[in-house]
Amino acid sequence: MKLRIKYAKYGSLKFIGHLDVMRFFQKAIRRAGLDVAYSQGFSPHELITFAAPLGLSVTSEGEYFDGEFNSVTTTKDMVKRLNEQMVEGMEVLDVRLLKKEAKTAMAVVSASDYVVYIKSGYLNDKAELLFNSFDAFMSSDTIEILKKSKKTEKVVDIKPMIIKAAVFPFDGIDGLSKEYLGERDHEKGFFMFLKTGSEENLKPELVMEAYCKFLDIPYEPHAFSVHRLETYMNDGESTVPLYMAGEMISDE
Amino acid sequence: MRKLALSDEILMTIEKPARYIGGEVNSVMKEADDVDIRFLMCFPDVYEVGMSHLGIQILYDMLNKREDTWCERAYSPWPDLDKVMREKNIKLFGLESQESADHFDFIGITLQYEMCYTNILQMIDLSGISVYQKDRKNDDPIVIVGGPCAYNPEPIADFIDIVYIGEGETVYGSLIELYKKHQGKDYDRNSFLREAAKIPGLYVPSLYDVEYNDDKTIASFEPKYDDVPRTVLKQVVTDFSKTTYPEKPVVPFIKTIQDRAVLEIMRGCIRGCRFCQAGAIYRPTREKNLEDLKRYAIEMIENTGYEEISLSSLSSSDFTKLPELLDFLIEEMGKRKVNISLPSLRIDAFSLDVMSKVQDIKKTSLTFAPEAGSQKQRDVINKGLTRDIILKGARDAFIGGWTKVKLYFMLGQPFETYEDIEEIAKLSEAISEEFFDAVPKDQRKGMVEVGASASFFVPKPFTPFQWAPMDTMESFTNKAHFVKDKFREQLNKKRLKFSYHAADVSLLEGILARGDRRLAPAIYEVYKNGGIFDAWGEYYSHERWMEAFEKYGIDISFYLTRERADDEIFPWDFIDAGVTKRFLLNEWKNAKKGIVTPNCREKCSGCGAARFGSGVCFKNET
Repeated sequence: MKLRIKYAKYGSLKFIGHLDVMRFFQKAIRRAGLDVAYSQGFSPHELITFAAPLGLSVTSEGEYFDGEFNSVTTTKDMVKRLNEQMVEGMEVLDVRLLKKEAKTAMAVVSASDYVVYIKSGYLNDKAELLFNSFDAFMSSDTIEILKKSKKTEKVVDIKPMIIKAAVFPFDGIDGLSKEYLGERDHEKGFFMFLKTGSEENLKPELVMEAYCKFLDIPYEPHAFSVHRLETYMNDGESTVPLYMAGEMISDE
Repeated sequence: MRKLALSDEILMTIEKPARYIGGEVNSVMKEADDVDIRFLMCFPDVYEVGMSHLGIQILYDMLNKREDTWCERAYSPWPDLDKVMREKNIKLFGLESQESADHFDFIGITLQYEMCYTNILQMIDLSGISVYQKDRKNDDPIVIVGGPCAYNPEPIADFIDIVYIGEGETVYGSLIELYKKHQGKDYDRNSFLREAAKIPGLYVPSLYDVEYNDDKTIASFEPKYDDVPRTVLKQVVTDFSKTTYPEKPVVPFIKTIQDRAVLEIMRGCIRGCRFCQAGAIYRPTREKNLEDLKRYAIEMIENTGYEEISLSSLSSSDFTKLPELLDFLIEEMGKRKVNISLPSLRIDAFSLDVMSKVQDIKKTSLTFAPEAGSQKQRDVINKGLTRDIILKGARDAFIGGWTKVKLYFMLGQPFETYEDIEEIAKLSEAISEEFFDAVPKDQRKGMVEVGASASFFVPKPFTPFQWAPMDTMESFTNKAHFVKDKFREQLNKKRLKFSYHAADVSLLEGILARGDRRLAPAIYEVYKNGGIFDAWGEYYSHERWMEAFEKYGIDISFYLTRERADDEIFPWDFIDAGVTKRFLLNEWKNAKKGIVTPNCREKCSGCGAARFGSGVCFKNET
């Protein structure tokens, strides 16, 4: 049976990298006593795969992994048992049963939305400028950035990868849980809905960098916090959160 | 949410920020106001090394089981963070509370290897207290050290308040009770230390005077006051069924060296190899109770979620209940899909059978530690391993399907000749020949590979070789080249490999291992000149050390290449490790004559450890 597990990662755990998060959940599943399936061979490992990796220092309340299980209980019970094994900064939010033919989260991820906000104590003199000019920035026809790889440099237009972006007060952002956010002086931020996945992938940091260039101010990466709200897939008709591919398991 | 000691900006600009954030599974949080004692347990090396250490997990768990104590952890900040902390004046902090070292009553530092001495100074210095003990202020935390290098703490004695001699499970309780009595507004650091010196096993270096002879040897080593004991008796656990074991070890987020649950099955070793310090200082050999071990194994796996468990001891093959324990683990861990990582076992029919059950033969290599090439030399070091046993073990393994063999040797042993070391190449050749002889051509699943490696022998305190001169770097290099050439002369040379370790680090290890208080200014000098992480090749500077020795007029040959007189007073003689100096001297003489001493189970040789009243010295071992 395939399960899709949704979790939040926040606080000091934003400094734990993607591979270590995988290792953390492998152990947590074992401690929770869930009936996960294993590979064959001398060193069996759990059959779990993660969706879109989250960058170091980014918090999230929309992370996912899929796992193959031999038997399952209910959503409520599994969420509870996993949460008993979490540490501060990690919280399991949902467990869904996937259809047998469902593709892995990693394969179907198409977009994510984020809120980027200014950290407490940073950019005091530039905050107003940043909040007030964003619409102008977003109305540009193209947003060109210089993408550097080891050998080549090329100019890429990131505008088509921005599905939507605007300044919003936190209270106006659907699904945002403010308890996951870090210290800040303003109760608003930059909401961004960006393409994510193996085909097209845009990080919110890159948008902020381009924005600072647009404003002709230096980009200070440490001045901004990034929080992912949700990860999405395209189900053929529309873009929906990853958990929608599965059903909740209730007692009946 | 806990507030981290380091800002996001710092954490995002250093390597592996997860080393410094704490919050791991099973780490212990308490309210600072609810406890009397705050203890900062430090490992003077990077997080990934320190988190792999069983001793720290044992003490962390033991101290936190006390309601009046909160024990936190700290590891040496890696050079990238070290630099930032100095620039920004950030103090060393506990991973749990993220509060700086000045909030603590004790700073405990473990001494696992000589090469971490500069890191000890780093941790003391970053704590914001004086590096030299004599300059500390009344309210500064007490710096206490323990571990194998505490068996000669003299090179670093000037930096330390208390040295704990022996196993940590025994007298921390008494020390904490004493501290609580002294706590309060009348607290006087010196009177506390004076009283602490009376607790068995605790050595307070500042309460002793050392006088030297004209030939630089020690003339006298005396307590300054009548109520301070002349000798300090090593403390050992006498009943493991009554001591604590960490059923809930801390599980790191990041991959560490020992990324698995560790089950300690036995302490001490019956073998009596004459080069081995651990074999002497952990005497008597004490086995743990089989039923306790079974319970711990299950509890640890359930509480950590580890995918692997390993056994820990100095010589696991000598654990009498090993077959029963392994049967249990294979059954129970198999059910839970937990791998068993085997310790290095003596190669025989039993161990080959076990290995084939839990490991992929194609991927694993077999390890032998003959330590010396010739039988004469193996008798000198009292390594109870014969050529026949090694060849038989290898042959059985080849028939069983193994093809890779690793061999460990030491060069520069006492009484070693070029004939002895030539045997290293010949023994390796003989092992490879067993393969061709034992496995018919059509049954060979791979080609035999014998990899021999040699390290540079360092004489250690509390071993029969504490009197021995250490070989010179030049001689070691010549010997290594000679052996390498001999490998090229062997028939199966293409199937054999020989490698050897760098000698300069061993040289320094030799100076520090048998050093005395006169080394302290040089160690401090190296530290002040930027020396930390000496155990890491890329940060070790041999030149920096040699310059510091020269500056302080330290003649390194005095510590290294001199043969000590039978009756010389050693810097560590004030420690009573159970094993007597008379026994060690006798062993030193037996080594010269190549006389083998039987192991503790064959026959008691009267080493002195029987005074602890437990373990192998008595019939009911557990």
